[in-house]
Amino acid sequence: MSTPASVAGLQPESFAFTPENLATAEKIISRYPAERKASAVLPLLHLAQRQHDNWLPRVAMDYVADLLGMARIRVYEVATFYTMYNHKPVGKHLIEVCTTTPCWLRGSDEVLGACKRRLGIDVGETTADGKFTLVEVECAGACVNAPVVAIGEDYYEDLDGPAIVAVIDQLERGEIPTPGSQIGRRGACPATGPTTLTTKPGADDKAVSGGTDD
Amino acid sequence: MPKLNIDGQDVSVEPGTSVLQACEQLGIEIPRFCYHERLSVAANCRMCLVEMERSPKPIASCAMPCADGMVIKTNTEVVKRARQGVMELILLNHPLDCPICDQGGECDLQDQAVAYGGEHTRSIDERRVVPNKDFGPLVKTEMTRCILCTRCVRFCEEIAGVSVLGAVGRGTHSEVTTFVEQAIASELSGNLIDVCPVGALTSKPYAFSARPWELRKTESIDVFDAVGSNIRVDVRGAEVLRVVPRLNEDVNEEWIGDKSRFAIDGLKRQRIDRPYVRHNGKLQPASWDEAFAAIGAKLKGVPGAKIAALAGDMVDVEAMAALKDLMAALGSANVDCRQDGARFDTSARVGYLFNTTIVGLEQADALLVIGADPRVEAPIVNARIRKRYRESALGVALIGQAVDLTYSYQHLGEGPEPLVGLADGSHPFAAVLKAAKNPVVILGAGALARADGLALQALVRQVVEANEVVREGWNGFNVLHLAAARVGGLDIGFLPGAGGRDTRSILEGAQAGEIEVVYLLGADEIDASRLGKAFVIYQGHHGDRGAHRADVVLPGAAYTEKNATFVNTEGRVQRARQALYPVGEAREDWKIVRALSERLGCTLPYDNLAQVRGRMAAANPVFAGGEELVAAPWQAFGTAGAVDPAPFAPVIENFYMTDPISRASVTMAKCTEAFVLSREGKTGTHG
Repeated sequence: MSTPASVAGLQPESFAFTPENLATAEKIISRYPAERKASAVLPLLHLAQRQHDNWLPRVAMDYVADLLGMARIRVYEVATFYTMYNHKPVGKHLIEVCTTTPCWLRGSDEVLGACKRRLGIDVGETTADGKFTLVEVECAGACVNAPVVAIGEDYYEDLDGPAIVAVIDQLERGEIPTPGSQIGRRGACPATGPTTLTTKPGADDKAVSGGTDD
Repeated sequence: MPKLNIDGQDVSVEPGTSVLQACEQLGIEIPRFCYHERLSVAANCRMCLVEMERSPKPIASCAMPCADGMVIKTNTEVVKRARQGVMELILLNHPLDCPICDQGGECDLQDQAVAYGGEHTRSIDERRVVPNKDFGPLVKTEMTRCILCTRCVRFCEEIAGVSVLGAVGRGTHSEVTTFVEQAIASELSGNLIDVCPVGALTSKPYAFSARPWELRKTESIDVFDAVGSNIRVDVRGAEVLRVVPRLNEDVNEEWIGDKSRFAIDGLKRQRIDRPYVRHNGKLQPASWDEAFAAIGAKLKGVPGAKIAALAGDMVDVEAMAALKDLMAALGSANVDCRQDGARFDTSARVGYLFNTTIVGLEQADALLVIGADPRVEAPIVNARIRKRYRESALGVALIGQAVDLTYSYQHLGEGPEPLVGLADGSHPFAAVLKAAKNPVVILGAGALARADGLALQALVRQVVEANEVVREGWNGFNVLHLAAARVGGLDIGFLPGAGGRDTRSILEGAQAGEIEVVYLLGADEIDASRLGKAFVIYQGHHGDRGAHRADVVLPGAAYTEKNATFVNTEGRVQRARQALYPVGEAREDWKIVRALSERLGCTLPYDNLAQVRGRMAAANPVFAGGEELVAAPWQAFGTAGAVDPAPFAPVIENFYMTDPISRASVTMAKCTEAFVLSREGKTGTHG
């Protein structure tokens, strides 16, 4: 990722959880034994990132470190290890295009190219209006519905160029596109429709002979 | 006791021993980078792979505990190829800039690449480049050379107790850094240079100055604190280029403090290289003959009671023994080795030693620190306390200024009041001491320098006796001294004789004109303005406070320039060895005193070092033995009296400048700026 020259200037002076988030944080911390409260570092960093426009400034990491009684460097280590923590400002919609092998075989190049053309930015960049940031990610873990793009907390699957452009168009208009498969399949069913469990259990069929889940 | 077979040899080891350690016990060398016997096991370099029967692939021997019936092979084709593969991967991103790397010639990576590596790389990709970090004035970084073994990260976290280093990022982007740029504020940071197996962390002051094979190496003893760390002095020509630690499990393990390592550039500056005599208010260069003549002329007719001698913090026992004899020959009992003005009971050796011993701290299960800040007064002792603290959650209590000791402690108060409660059992921590199996009390020598030192010493003895800190087979009473010369001076009896004056009284006498001649043997930490009109003879190696006030200056030898005896705070008698010759006309200190005695007509009865040491052994049998410790029997010491409730003041304000050598050191001046002045100027938003 290229670093905008202004990032240093964007680092806020201070950070603290909102009262609601602090309550959530305390709840998360209470899941662990008191002497092992450092275990709460991942969810707390996530909470901090959510509160702070989807990126983690240094003061937020320091805040979490102090809250958990950890050395600050230990939190920096964790926060920089995981790619889902952002260390500089991102657009309102973070578009994460998976380009790992299964998605690539199923056409992620086309999807990524469509994103770049539609948004007029390259990977790692943010649109001028601050709405979209485009990044490439490794396996998003939804290979059955490849190619896949994660936007915020939602997955958009079975994409091609026009499909991802349509999703972006809706976001641009302020609508929320329907997450999941964009070709209408349910969950991770076969693309050509279900091939097993096609009838109701207990009915007159023999197709489910072996099936016991009723 | 697991029994296993390694390369056809049967061996049984302690439970918990790793395969790597078992191999070492058999003398089989296993290459490694990340594994370090004093740090936690990271198992990330994979260099220590060995073959284990019934395992589908080679195992990392540093992280594999020995188990019964294991069959290990370390010299098979599989192991050879595994090591070659690992080495190829480690070298993928290593710059191979050995010709311009300071680690060259003493580099683990270099050595192991020759021994275990292949002959070429198959990689065609570009090597990665990592930006350098600024770790402060002592540690130089070349982070592209880093192989990410994380030894430095673990050293900071575990030994030094400052969590500032970390490995951030992941995969090919990971790098060791402080993240937020800052110098590594630890008095043990120089050891990072030693733990780094490659040239990523090297010594900044030593940069580009020599190759290891050019250096003449002398095993010696450090004098910058009272620990007596074992060191090796590396010299080229007439210059000490570096000091590195030498292994001594009982004293410093394999660490030394930063002052011991880096203050050596002070040995080249501000040196007294010839005698001086004051004429018309100005010190003028003189010959030895003229200097001795000036002293002889002054001393003529002065009664012994009007002559006094003070010894400084870095003086060797030989010099003190000789000067004490000279003073006795001149009829003076006004000698004191405690230039800080401490008045404490020296009649019982047990009353001024670190009796538990440094290695003994590893058995402690309760610790009370009184009026000391071991982190700056003796970083090596503090590291040992921290080691015990990490192993056992040692309960520590501190009486004195609340400071960061790198481990948590219960703060009982700033002044001596809690001691009364501890002595009569009413204080809650008394029960902790009493219940402990191996309780330890550490009394700072700085506390003894207070006017009430004698009473304080007695009060602490009461605390010790009331809580059974000294018991059958265990002596938990310790005095943590500050100066390398101190215990040696006490042992040789460089103390006021019958009717003699101590430091405070000598200074008062000088001011009042009752003392006419003061002989300062390397004594620079006294207030020279209090010497009144006395005729001052300064013998030492640096033009510091003492020499500035002197009327005659005699050039002595620094610790690297003489064969000399030092006794550490435990009472361990150790010998420093001469690594190079004294500068200019300077001479070994006892020889100067011996030569002067001849001129004064009271020739001391020794002509060589062996005879001086024979004299020392006659004065105190501890000097007759070797370096092993002689336990001092418990006996009463101190004189009960009123104790001033005033808080214990910090004794060392600037760790980096405590003596004539470190005050002359440019490196220490840079450290002062980076660590001490910046800390005082900090506003609370630092870090």
